[in-house]
Amino acid sequence: MSTVTPDVGHPGAGGHDHDSHGHHGHGHAEPSPLSLLWQLPTFSCDHKVIGMQFLITTLMMLMVGGALALGVRWQLAFPWERMPILGDTVFKGDGGQIAPETYTMLVTMHASVMIFLVIIPILAGAFGNFLIPLQIGADDMAFPLLNALSYWFMWPAIACFGASFFFGGGPAGGWTSYPLLSAIQQAAPGSGFAQTLWLIGLTLIGVSSMMGSVNYMTTIINMRAPGMTLFRMPLTIWSMFITAILQAFALPVLTAAGFMLVADRTLGTCFFIPSGIVVNNAAPTIGGGQPLLWQHLFWFYSHPAVYIMLLPAMGMVSDMLACMSRKPIFGYKPMVYSLAAIAGLGFIVWGHHMFTSGMNPALGMTFMVSTILIALPSAVKTFNWLGTMWGGRIQFNAVMLNCIAFVSMFIVGGLSGIFMAAVPVDIYIHDTYFIVAHFHYVLFGATLFGCFGAIQFWFPKMFGRMMNDKLGQLHFALTFIAFNCTFFPMHLLGVAGFPRRYADPYHFPYLEHLLPLNQFMTCAAIVMGFSQFLLLANFFGSMFFGKRCGRNPWNANGLEWTTPSPPGHGNFDIPPVCYHGPYEYSSPLCHDTDFLPQTEYVPLSQRQAVAQAGH
Amino acid sequence: MGRFWAIFFSLAAVVTVGFTAIGAEYWWFPGDGHAHTTLGKKIDDLFYLILIIVAVTYIGTHIVLGYVLWRGAEIRKDEKVWFSHGSHALEVIWTIVPSGILLFIALYQMDVWRNYRVKAYFPKKTAAVAEVTARQFEWRIRYPARGKTLQPRPQPDDIYTVNDIRVPAGQPVSISLRSDDVQHAIFVPELRVKQDAVPGLVIPVWFEVTETGTYDMVCAELCGWGHYKMKARVIATSEEDFEAWKINAAKEQFYDGVPATPDAVAAKADEK
Ligand code: HEM
Ligand SMILES: [Cu+2]
Ligand SMILES: [Cu+2]
Repeated sequence: MSTVTPDVGHPGAGGHDHDSHGHHGHGHAEPSPLSLLWQLPTFSCDHKVIGMQFLITTLMMLMVGGALALGVRWQLAFPWERMPILGDTVFKGDGGQIAPETYTMLVTMHASVMIFLVIIPILAGAFGNFLIPLQIGADDMAFPLLNALSYWFMWPAIACFGASFFFGGGPAGGWTSYPLLSAIQQAAPGSGFAQTLWLIGLTLIGVSSMMGSVNYMTTIINMRAPGMTLFRMPLTIWSMFITAILQAFALPVLTAAGFMLVADRTLGTCFFIPSGIVVNNAAPTIGGGQPLLWQHLFWFYSHPAVYIMLLPAMGMVSDMLACMSRKPIFGYKPMVYSLAAIAGLGFIVWGHHMFTSGMNPALGMTFMVSTILIALPSAVKTFNWLGTMWGGRIQFNAVMLNCIAFVSMFIVGGLSGIFMAAVPVDIYIHDTYFIVAHFHYVLFGATLFGCFGAIQFWFPKMFGRMMNDKLGQLHFALTFIAFNCTFFPMHLLGVAGFPRRYADPYHFPYLEHLLPLNQFMTCAAIVMGFSQFLLLANFFGSMFFGKRCGRNPWNANGLEWTTPSPPGHGNFDIPPVCYHGPYEYSSPLCHDTDFLPQTEYVPLSQRQAVAQAGH
Repeated sequence: MGRFWAIFFSLAAVVTVGFTAIGAEYWWFPGDGHAHTTLGKKIDDLFYLILIIVAVTYIGTHIVLGYVLWRGAEIRKDEKVWFSHGSHALEVIWTIVPSGILLFIALYQMDVWRNYRVKAYFPKKTAAVAEVTARQFEWRIRYPARGKTLQPRPQPDDIYTVNDIRVPAGQPVSISLRSDDVQHAIFVPELRVKQDAVPGLVIPVWFEVTETGTYDMVCAELCGWGHYKMKARVIATSEEDFEAWKINAAKEQFYDGVPATPDAVAAKADEK
């Protein structure tokens, strides 16, 4: 199965003896495997601890978001039937049923938790923090205190989201929170104080992300080790860098929009509210505003945000694919340029979420062209990943399987994007389950599988132990199969005209026959949800019982693999110097191994000889 | 084990393609599977065109993926891996070819969109049949009296229905879409019509129903807890039936118990 064996004592990588019981060896070169874990509850400014704090928080939130999703799936499969477990406790007041306003709340909070408390912070917060200094050879972030604050600002946000459940049954305007539903307190049970709390939570998340992003940009620009030129950076770093730029430029718009909406709600401004509208018997609005303004501002952030939710995973998967194929990444520079192209184009496509909104149709045409063009760099990346695996010595371990799934699922999500980018077709499929299929394929199928791979790939660096590969493969297989059974049929539901966010679609005659398919999907979703306990068991169990490993168990090239596992404060024993790119696997320059750490010096003449041989 | 996973991923692709092919029998476009508007038919053509392009790409990339994995599993210990940093020629090819295809898709559909949304390109003789106002959680429809045209403001002789949109089939008609409270959207799946109703805006939507019939209509923009139950119908009838309905509807709506003709007045007096 896994043919990668933990490295023992490779000269360049400074491996160490497994049996040295480094456990209690505080103060020695060899840190205790759990040294990062014990610092979790502290206000630490060490980037590794902060990364770990983010990671464990987001894994917890993943389970919360998953539970909310299962509530949604329950209703879609067994509408109005008594909920198992929760029916007798939480939903007792509604006779054990999910009330329609509860359903819209579940949909809203599932998306909000998954997007703002899981995907964005796990990529930038957890992996960005952990990996950036290690991979560029720095001893920490440029602004360690800011970094710690960026984590601790998550908690007030989580508190706001959590508290919002207790007002009017929770926010229920959808994660997009379009006004006037979200602007007028009386519009729905969840449009009251819950909505305000939701908006404040969102703003706090924004503050947290912004602090991270400033930090990442500064760190990557200023703190690279000698020899770590821009084009020797691992693609993980490139993707984190570009993501940070996206955040920094897109986020202020959302923050401003959030404040405007809060002002509309509490101060009586009317940025998004037209005049003379009577919602649910409230007083007529004074007005002068325009609801479409919110959509523009929201998507101006949230389209780039979907790339914020993807690019770091693309970078990490590139690193893992190269390592597990024992081959250089195919087309390193095209990979960098396509990342940049996605980010650049990402700023001018937001209107594709608004094709049916009634905005100027000429805008629709421009947004359609830019949207279709953004599929191009995505295609280029996909081909390069295939090229990377082509002819490699593929290590079929849990890490690699998750990465292959990333590529395969990203293809599905990218291709379904083309249907929606075609405006006339989008007229039909907009706000149907086709959209739901699309973004789950990119966000779960691609990003989350990428994260599963990344967790298992960098776990040894975090805890000095390996995660169990057999268990990892089982978790992968179950999740992958259940994922496809849950989400692939959604494409067909969308084509059948099944609308999103419906508490009970089946009272429409043309949707009745879709119930059995939905029941199948819900069963698959339950399997998928419970499979995640395997990941958690593996993750937490391996911290204590995993096989001890050295510094570089995967025989990888990056600078992070030259540090102790886990790295102590300040990371590197001696400041590293970087001599090549990170992907020199199986190079003729490596002698009896198949990798060439970035720190290993090779005389120029030899490098030129290899270059001339035409690689 | 490597070969197992190569097959695993290939099989996943085979199963999804097979599922789509077979599932399309049961879970596909609603009704008889065809669009019942002129523009809807063009939308369907486009959908199928993209479906073909996408299917070919999906199958192609997954054949490559399966092959690559299989080879990666077969490779012997003593065999060298292909040490390569990429290929300029390949990069150029796989940039140019997809961009050609994508640009084609983008430009090819421009005129459908233009016909659908740009007012100057609406069919010449589009009759404004009704104003549809969405509110939590129903649709109110206002028609001009027979022989009159739809006015932006309600008129005393306007005819009203709730949740039933009546239109004549076989000719382009337009409705003015508005919202009384929050945002909603009309979505008539079989007609391939969707448009958001935005508070403060009046948005014209045109379509030409090709076959008479009754079509389910739903709300496609989250508008509160009752979003799922804004059940409505578009009833497309022949021109004559439409006019006949209007006469009837007006009679019903304006019936106040006072007989209309002198004869009837006399008859009523006799009864007493
Ligand atoms: C090939 C590239 C892609 C294209 C052409 C594309 C196109 C689109 C379009 C046109 C929509 C709007 C559909 C509608 O609401 O009617 C959409 C929605 C969405 N896309 Fe993509 N997309 C692509 C890739 C991605 C990626 C990589 C992600 C995330 C990582 C993503 C995440 C989303 C999400 C979350 C939504 C739905 C938002 C919502 O309405 O709640 N997309 N996409
Ligand atoms: Cu988008
Ligand atoms: Cu609605």
